[in-house]
Amino acid sequence: MSEDALRDPPADQTAPVLVRLPPHLVVLFPGAPRLVPLVAGSVAEMVDGLDARWPGMRERICDETPAIRRHINVFVDGRRARLSTPLAPGADVFVLTAISGG
Amino acid sequence: MAKQVFILVGTRKGAFILESDAARRSWEVRGPFCETWPTNHVVADPASGIIYAGGGNEWFGPAVWKSTDFGASWTHSSQGLAYEAGQAPVKAVWSLAAGGDGSLYAGVEPAGLFRSLDGGESWAHLDGLQKHPTRPEWNPGGAGLILHSLVLDPTDDGRIWIGISAAGVFATQDGGASWETRNRGTRADFMPEGQNYPEFGQCVHCLVMAPGGGERLYQQNHCGMYRSDDGGRAWESIETGLPSSFGFPAAAHPRDPDSLYLIPLNGDIKGRFMPEGNTAVWRTRDAGRSWQAMRAGLPQGGAYFNVLRQAMATDTMEPAGVYFGTNAGGLYASIDEGESWDCVAPHLPTITSVETLVIER
Repeated sequence: MSEDALRDPPADQTAPVLVRLPPHLVVLFPGAPRLVPLVAGSVAEMVDGLDARWPGMRERICDETPAIRRHINVFVDGRRARLSTPLAPGADVFVLTAISGG
Repeated sequence: MAKQVFILVGTRKGAFILESDAARRSWEVRGPFCETWPTNHVVADPASGIIYAGGGNEWFGPAVWKSTDFGASWTHSSQGLAYEAGQAPVKAVWSLAAGGDGSLYAGVEPAGLFRSLDGGESWAHLDGLQKHPTRPEWNPGGAGLILHSLVLDPTDDGRIWIGISAAGVFATQDGGASWETRNRGTRADFMPEGQNYPEFGQCVHCLVMAPGGGERLYQQNHCGMYRSDDGGRAWESIETGLPSSFGFPAAAHPRDPDSLYLIPLNGDIKGRFMPEGNTAVWRTRDAGRSWQAMRAGLPQGGAYFNVLRQAMATDTMEPAGVYFGTNAGGLYASIDEGESWDCVAPHLPTITSVETLVIER
């Protein structure tokens, strides 16, 4: 499915955000795709949504602080985000493994 | 029914499994498993044959991997493998041990102990260790504040001994609710003069139990080699006759409580190599009163590697096999209790742990 086909018009408040997951994360969860559309109002809600679909994915992205893991970066519309960062409908989210982690 | 022997190898880049028949003459190497995650310890539950691998990835945190088909397929979990919110996060799993009652224990960094009652699917923190009055004063060793040695009493599910670098040896008799220090007689040469025998803070490198269900333990410490005949309440130095007091791993014989294998290095400030670059495993058959260097088949001269704390093990065969892996990725095997050796895998990644499994099928 193309990104445009996954994305609803920005005016739609229920439009999903588009989450891009790194390859070495999805390989840990058989069946998980690299590109995930889901409805979420914050990065924390996005992690909830990912964990609901693939139980255990929360622990891979977040530690028990709770916070995004030290060597994981989440970018929202091009800016580095935290769990509390709000997500606008249709936001672009990148979950990336930091070069500092290897 | 025929016996199969497995060598379970943890490395900096995943787990490997070597498999042979009872002759142990040729080994099939399989791996890397666990998505090449840094893997600190690979163990098997001898009752079920299930293999568990513990480690941690800088990106994704700690996990215990599980294979119910001798490594053909793996799953992973870290559900519950976390401290309370606000605590320093669990970084990696360092040690695993399967209990006779079906429980599985995991020692982690920063030092703590977790237990799974469902075969590694979920974990609960045994927080008694965090409540020990010495906890605020624990300091990490060179590899971090790690719970690396996990010894279960095969005759009593409530009794566990652990080794933490550099907090020392602790023991529980109530399944992890309360703990006692067990360091009397072990040195801390790195403390000021006159304070070299503290109650805790020793840098234990490896703790193993002698077979037979008694109270005999052995430990390789940063500062000496020791035997205890009373469950660690008192320790006696057994380093006389060895080329140094420094090393990392220790491996007990599967049946003889007087036999132990150690790999002394050239001290802690000269590169931590085997003396003169000559590889040797040292064996005692009299509980540490005398020692014999076992070198046949091992590299002599120019061997500047070491053997990490969890990277030596014995098997349960007769005669017993002895196995060790180096930080340079060489895996060596003896099928005659150390008399002679072969390199069975020369070029693995840095080897962090070696364990064995013998099954009949």
